Amino acid sequence: MNPPVGTPFFFYLLSATVLIGGVLVITRKNAVHSALALITALLAQAGLYLMLYAPFVAGVQIILYAGGIMVLFLFVIMLISIERSQKERQFNKQWLVGIAAAAALGGLFIAVYTKGKSLFPEGSLTYAEAGNTQGVADLLYSQHSGIYMFAFEIASLLLLVAIIGAVVMAKKRI
Amino acid sequence: MHAIVEYIRGYLASDQTPGAAGNWFWATVYILLVFVGLSIAVIAMNWLERKILAHMQVRLGPMRVGPHGLLQPIADALKLLLKEDIMPAEADAVVFWVAPFIVVLAAFTVFVVVPFGPTHAITDMNIGVLFMLGVSSLAVLGIVTAGWASNSHYPLIGALRSSAQMVSYEVAMGLAVVSVILMTSLHGLGLYGVGGAASADTGTLSMIGIVQAQLEQHEWFIFKFFPLGLIGFFIFAVAMVAETNRAPFDLPEAESELTAGFHTEYSGFRWSLFFLAEYSAMIAVSSIAVTLWLGGWLRPFPNAWAGPRWDFFFSLFPGITFLFLGGLCFFSAARMPKHPYFRIQTLGLTGFGATLALIGLVLFLPGVRERVGDIFWFSAKVAAFMYLYIWYRGTFPRYRFDQLMKVGWKVLLPTGFALLILTAVLGFVEPPVAAWLRGVL
Repeated sequence: MNPPVGTPFFFYLLSATVLIGGVLVITRKNAVHSALALITALLAQAGLYLMLYAPFVAGVQIILYAGGIMVLFLFVIMLISIERSQKERQFNKQWLVGIAAAAALGGLFIAVYTKGKSLFPEGSLTYAEAGNTQGVADLLYSQHSGIYMFAFEIASLLLLVAIIGAVVMAKKRI
Repeated sequence: MHAIVEYIRGYLASDQTPGAAGNWFWATVYILLVFVGLSIAVIAMNWLERKILAHMQVRLGPMRVGPHGLLQPIADALKLLLKEDIMPAEADAVVFWVAPFIVVLAAFTVFVVVPFGPTHAITDMNIGVLFMLGVSSLAVLGIVTAGWASNSHYPLIGALRSSAQMVSYEVAMGLAVVSVILMTSLHGLGLYGVGGAASADTGTLSMIGIVQAQLEQHEWFIFKFFPLGLIGFFIFAVAMVAETNRAPFDLPEAESELTAGFHTEYSGFRWSLFFLAEYSAMIAVSSIAVTLWLGGWLRPFPNAWAGPRWDFFFSLFPGITFLFLGGLCFFSAARMPKHPYFRIQTLGLTGFGATLALIGLVLFLPGVRERVGDIFWFSAKVAAFMYLYIWYRGTFPRYRFDQLMKVGWKVLLPTGFALLILTAVLGFVEPPVAAWLRGVL
């Protein structure tokens, strides 16, 4: 296994892209611009997953979020009148709640950053890149190590109910 | 100088992709090679499509620029670059500017994992197929934003059509792909050296791994569990035409209804980016189909006709193909009118034929012969798909949008589900049944 190339550079590049994209999502007045910024952020996040040796999660992120959900977002946004939505106020008046939530999250981050060493067990990382997808599959489906089989089935049942519910609600006559 | 030659020779002897070797220099070289090869392929497709379509419709096609219109793509490219770049007055400038680049990037990035051979790939990813499907599905974002940013009716309708179409057909496409991934894990032959004997029942998503699985199972996946593999291939072959917005599913750019669909307002260089992206996306999905169902870089009958003699026989094909193309050029040059007006064209065609024949002769050299065989078979299979694309365009009338949706959701999707379940069942049942049959016989 070869050592990764230019790790700090790619980390800072991708993180900066995520942050800038995230800020643009909430500051752009035009909803399509926001959606494009969100796609950029999601793609950069997929790059971060790749750097964490989780290629399967990165691939799923690209397919589901950037390729699937965001296309539907854009599809809907394009149908609404951009001119009218641009005149609307962008921020509502819940800044007190917002500050509280941001402070709580910031406090959590600072706590993890300062106490991180004692919070997480020490140990070196094994690069699981070559077997990442297979590892996920083993945990989900394997006869011996498939400990998440039940959770997986429950989740898929929920999704099925959601799909059928969407069809039932969207269609007047079935 | 000597050191450089030794370095290159040392690399050529290795059996790794540059990505696996972690060699950024060779990775860059491979990326440039793939980029140049792809651009040449797109130029060639431009000429071939017009010529073949013309011959299907009993026309001559481009004949003016160069012998048999061979220089037509270059003339077209020059025209596109010199054309005025127009942007509609009310267009969203930034998005209008970015959209073609999204499409081009999505179309080119997927070639990072396309395996032209066991070592002839830029890199091999653990999630190869997933990466290809995911990144190529990003192209729809570019199309949708292009249609919206033009601030014009036809492009918007084209963009809406394209997003609905591409999202619908991605589902059926994914199901067909998953059935192949199931096949890679069968007979306890999974993983091919990735995970070892401990996880022999696990399949693989890696593009190189999938081809190796077909080699190990002595069968292209199109023939696996006949006719299941064939049905999966058929679903993919239909969905990939819809994914690339090509006839008979070219509703997003239906010229008889929407002028040019989502790229109506684009001109000059930006339009040529859409053109480039469309053709490289066609090559990309064709190479997925070739890798998944048609044995990727494998030559015909790698197991049944194994041995150095057959290897030698099949390694002659690349050279013979180029010699044949060169011979075709000489034949056409001999048939050119003898009028002095055609002198330059005849000379040019002879020169072109001589170049092709020279390439053919180089491909016969022992060192080259062994090295290009896999690339040749891969490209030949992809080329067959490219011809199919042109053939579809010359044969089928365009679908109506409701018909398109009906085919996608009511035919391909249920078939895909049935296919997936049947593949799983057969993969489970087959080994004991085969053992029992062997016992009986």
